[in-house]
Amino acid sequence: MSDISLTVNGRQVRAAVEDRTLLVHFLREHQGLTGTHVGCDTSQCGACVVHVDGKAVKSCSMLAAQASGSTVVTIEGIANGADLHPVQAAFKEHHGLQCGFCTPGMIMTATDMIARHPEGLDEATVRAELEGNICRCTGYHNIVKAILAASQTMSKASKPKKAA
Amino acid sequence: MYSVNYHRANSVADAVKLLKTGDAKLVSGGMTLIPAMKTRLAAPSDLVDISRITALKGIKVSGKAVTIGAATTHYEVSTDAKLQKACPALAELASMIGDPAVRHRGTIGGSIANNDPAADYPAAMVALGATIVTNKREIAADKFFKGLFETVLKDGEIVTAVTFNAPAKAAYQKFRNPASRYAIVGVFVAKGKDDVRVAVTGAGDNGVFRAKTIEAALAKSFDPAALAGVKISADSLMSDIHASADYRAHLISVMAKRAVAAANG
Ligand SMILES: Cc1cc2nc3c(=O)[nH]c(=O)nc-3n(C[C@H](O)[C@H](O)[C@H](O)COP(=O)(O)OP(=O)(O)OC[C@H]3O[C@@H](n4cnc5c(N)ncnc54)[C@H](O)[C@@H]3O)c2cc1C
Ligand code: FES
Ligand code: FES
Repeated sequence: MSDISLTVNGRQVRAAVEDRTLLVHFLREHQGLTGTHVGCDTSQCGACVVHVDGKAVKSCSMLAAQASGSTVVTIEGIANGADLHPVQAAFKEHHGLQCGFCTPGMIMTATDMIARHPEGLDEATVRAELEGNICRCTGYHNIVKAILAASQTMSKASKPKKAA
Repeated sequence: MYSVNYHRANSVADAVKLLKTGDAKLVSGGMTLIPAMKTRLAAPSDLVDISRITALKGIKVSGKAVTIGAATTHYEVSTDAKLQKACPALAELASMIGDPAVRHRGTIGGSIANNDPAADYPAAMVALGATIVTNKREIAADKFFKGLFETVLKDGEIVTAVTFNAPAKAAYQKFRNPASRYAIVGVFVAKGKDDVRVAVTGAGDNGVFRAKTIEAALAKSFDPAALAGVKISADSLMSDIHASADYRAHLISVMAKRAVAAANG
């Protein structure tokens, strides 16, 4: 067993876990944060993507013990109260989901992608960066649209407003 | 996954000590080892995490000399401004590994120690004539990679860094498997002051190798046209459901030509 301590969605968490506990199982089963999904056994689908210390990672391929001391953000941690995060809002607006199984991972990948590309995104970059996220339903078109739209909204929002 | 004891090493010396516990294994990015443990293909009794050891992290460029710490992630290698200037081909290679989430965790030390026959870094290490530095010795890349998932690393030996001199020109071209996105054939070409080295990953039935006939042709003229008449033998190339040995042989020359064209800019 390991005593781990980490920040999850802004909350300090301490727990004793079996050393083999995967981060995704810790989040889902110990923390009740079932938004993060498990879609494969091969580290390929990205349904489990969360942010660890500000970077998108596959929580099915990391032990909870490896994340001890880190800051973790999951899909449950990005909205501002009742206001959806701009990427969540864009997925809703552009029908970026059907069954929704891949969506938490898609959105966590997208927020990371947008943060790493402050210069803006184009379609080819979005498609290349979605390499590690698989969707069985949508055919990706609307996911790509949603991410491009969110990236635009967010870059407008972060630009300083001109003085009137 | 079978049960395992997790240890976090604070220094290389600490890791050496911890590695003596049971059937312990190092874990760096865990992007190969953790999936292997999940499927029970690997079942170490103990894991020694070296990913937070500061001495193993980071990239130094001084003149032509490049040093990359073993625990430096693919993401860090792909985005390092000094490396992008000194050896853009290696930064670009790192950006082609897996996907963004894999690149955020996977490390250069883990990749070369694992020596997957389709991994990208081994081709770069061999073509760049890199030196693999461990806690015990320095090993030329030509000697380091031994076969499928095999290196000359001894039990308890830890890769601490890789070093090389930035070549005058270099490029990497990867023909991806459409499903796994690993290389079916990857060719790294490096033109130094007075030699050309070409290494191939994904294709050899014994892992990474140097394509000496291509090297000889490019030494005379570093131009894709120099490879027009060069035939690659399919002997000792892999055949599998993805590609036959003959197809891989063909791809090696195509990827080599593209790499030379890219290196010439
Ligand atoms: C979905 C997916 C796609 C991928 N695609 C690619 C790809 O396209 N190309 C590619 O090249 N790779 C690919 N990989 C593999 C990835 O690059 C891994 O990061 C890499 O193979 C191993 O690095 P790691 O740091 O994660 O090592 P770990 O998994 O931590 O370790 C791997 C092995 O190396 C040993 N080890 C680790 N560090 C050291 C050290 N410093 N000294 C000695 N031994 C050590 C460990 O004990 C273990 O046996 C992919 C992986 C995934 C999950
Ligand atoms: S569940 Fe993590 S990649 Fe599929
Ligand atoms: S919406 Fe169903 S898997 Fe993507």
